[in-house]
Amino acid sequence: MSLTNEYIRQRITEKFGDAITNVEEPAGFLTFEVPKEMNLKVMQFLHDDNELKFRFLTDLCGVHYPNQEGRELAVVYHMHNLVDNVRLRMKVFTGINDPDVFTATSLFESANWQERETYDFYGINFVGHPNLKRILNVDEMDYFPMRKEYPLEDQSRIDKDDEMFGRGGSIS
Amino acid sequence: MSELIHQQPHHVKLPEGSIEKQTTTLNLGPTHPATHGVFQNILEVDGERIISSEQTVGYIHRAFEKIAERRPLYQITPLTDRLNYCSSPINNMGWHLTCEKLLGVNTPKRVDYLRVIIMELSRIADHLICNSIVGVDSGAFSGFLYVMQYRELIYEIFEEVCGSRLTTNIGRIGGFERNFTNAAFEKIEKFLKEYPVTLKEFENLFNRNRIFMERTMGTGGISAERALNYGFTGPNLRATGVDYDVRVAAPYSSYEDFKFDIPVGSTGDNYDRFMVRNQEMWQSLGIIEQAFRKVQEFRGTDADVYHADVPEYYLPEKQDVYTKMEALIWHFKIIMGEIDMPKGEVYHSVEGGNGELGFYLISDGGRAPFRLHFRRPCFIYYQAYSELTKGALLSDAVITMSSLNLIAGEMDA
Repeated sequence: MSLTNEYIRQRITEKFGDAITNVEEPAGFLTFEVPKEMNLKVMQFLHDDNELKFRFLTDLCGVHYPNQEGRELAVVYHMHNLVDNVRLRMKVFTGINDPDVFTATSLFESANWQERETYDFYGINFVGHPNLKRILNVDEMDYFPMRKEYPLEDQSRIDKDDEMFGRGGSIS
Repeated sequence: MSELIHQQPHHVKLPEGSIEKQTTTLNLGPTHPATHGVFQNILEVDGERIISSEQTVGYIHRAFEKIAERRPLYQITPLTDRLNYCSSPINNMGWHLTCEKLLGVNTPKRVDYLRVIIMELSRIADHLICNSIVGVDSGAFSGFLYVMQYRELIYEIFEEVCGSRLTTNIGRIGGFERNFTNAAFEKIEKFLKEYPVTLKEFENLFNRNRIFMERTMGTGGISAERALNYGFTGPNLRATGVDYDVRVAAPYSSYEDFKFDIPVGSTGDNYDRFMVRNQEMWQSLGIIEQAFRKVQEFRGTDADVYHADVPEYYLPEKQDVYTKMEALIWHFKIIMGEIDMPKGEVYHSVEGGNGELGFYLISDGGRAPFRLHFRRPCFIYYQAYSELTKGALLSDAVITMSSLNLIAGEMDA
């Protein structure tokens, strides 16, 4: 019997009860949310269980929702059961003033750099990470650039000297 | 005598412990001819042996994910070009497939087959570079020069289809910008006829070459279990013996219509990676041949289909834009990104040149993605480099680096 979304859902709600919330299936992709204190417990269960076998961490990334008071930052885990070829998406939300989430590096080596990347861009503090420092940006940076409060440059701004950018000026 | 040697002039300030230190710290990169890209490795070496290493990445970080948050869908395609630039058509199509998933577009079979031809050609171009560079790093330059003419031919095919060669920006949401020309089909046919001969000769140069085997066998190996834990995908994972391939696990673009094998290795060392890539090129050739035949079978009006019917996202014909009001309006709406996309959350992945290339797209119903994350296989498996090279010789570490097929553009996004 292949593993179905309903079965996974049933197993995790059996084990964790009301802690599993916001269960959805956008485009057939099982998605749910767990409280941030429980991310490791749920992941460990998904990893170790003999039927679920989610032993491959495909992707880990952060998202910033500036309008959600108290749960502005999200960490999204994409996990994959390679035996039955089933994927699932697990989300953890945390407040921007208290961005502590437990690290998944003890379960998956691949989480190491991905968590560093998430820290680098969103400032999520992965508790227990062996080497949590910036990875793609310079070490001296003192802000987290992917947060929504840092907008990209307004493309219609007119105070720039266009000549320096190969537009307008005497050349055209 | 020994006192004299150890006596240190007063004006020279050496770091503490540097006299007693038995090992040397060596910077490999960021700009080093052997790294084929901009990444730094800080190696601690004892003679020729690497004791430990630390990787620094991010030298060409271009903030793609941030930029994507204010761009409409079509303006993101050129960003994906610059991830793994050795096989940019796969990235482009992966991105278009993601958009199609969000928009709920179904593509006609002929489009799928044409896409498969282009994607497999770029896979060959990607593996070809990687494998011949492994050859260069082990001292055999001729293979690299020899296969280069076929990468050139592949680029000519891309040029025939979309007009550009390296950063292709190929295709549209729903299909291609124009039908393949006869010249394109002729070039594909030429490639199918001539490339196997060259690939065979390339294999003759390397596969049983004593020097090459001794340099690559047993170096840079990793077990299947560790590779999975490190998030390996693509040829690097398959070299360890795990037959995971996105084309089979989650078929996209009608890959289920094709017959091909997934070559696997056993030890996951440099030689296995090389052999897996070589075998994959043969498999890709087989897929292109099948797709080419399938495309030839379309008759009548079916043979002119090269895109799906998505008026809101597929740019109208240029001829119509010049002569018809409606087409002109749509053209501008699409180009300026005035169309709001549906709300949703999708993850789509394709088998890229070096592993599972994933696109995680969250749309809040605006003109640009709310969040777009690229799962870049390089970035994820480069973490293992430290473990792969521990205790290895410096010269082997260089081969390991090139056989992992690290592309700085993909790593740093």
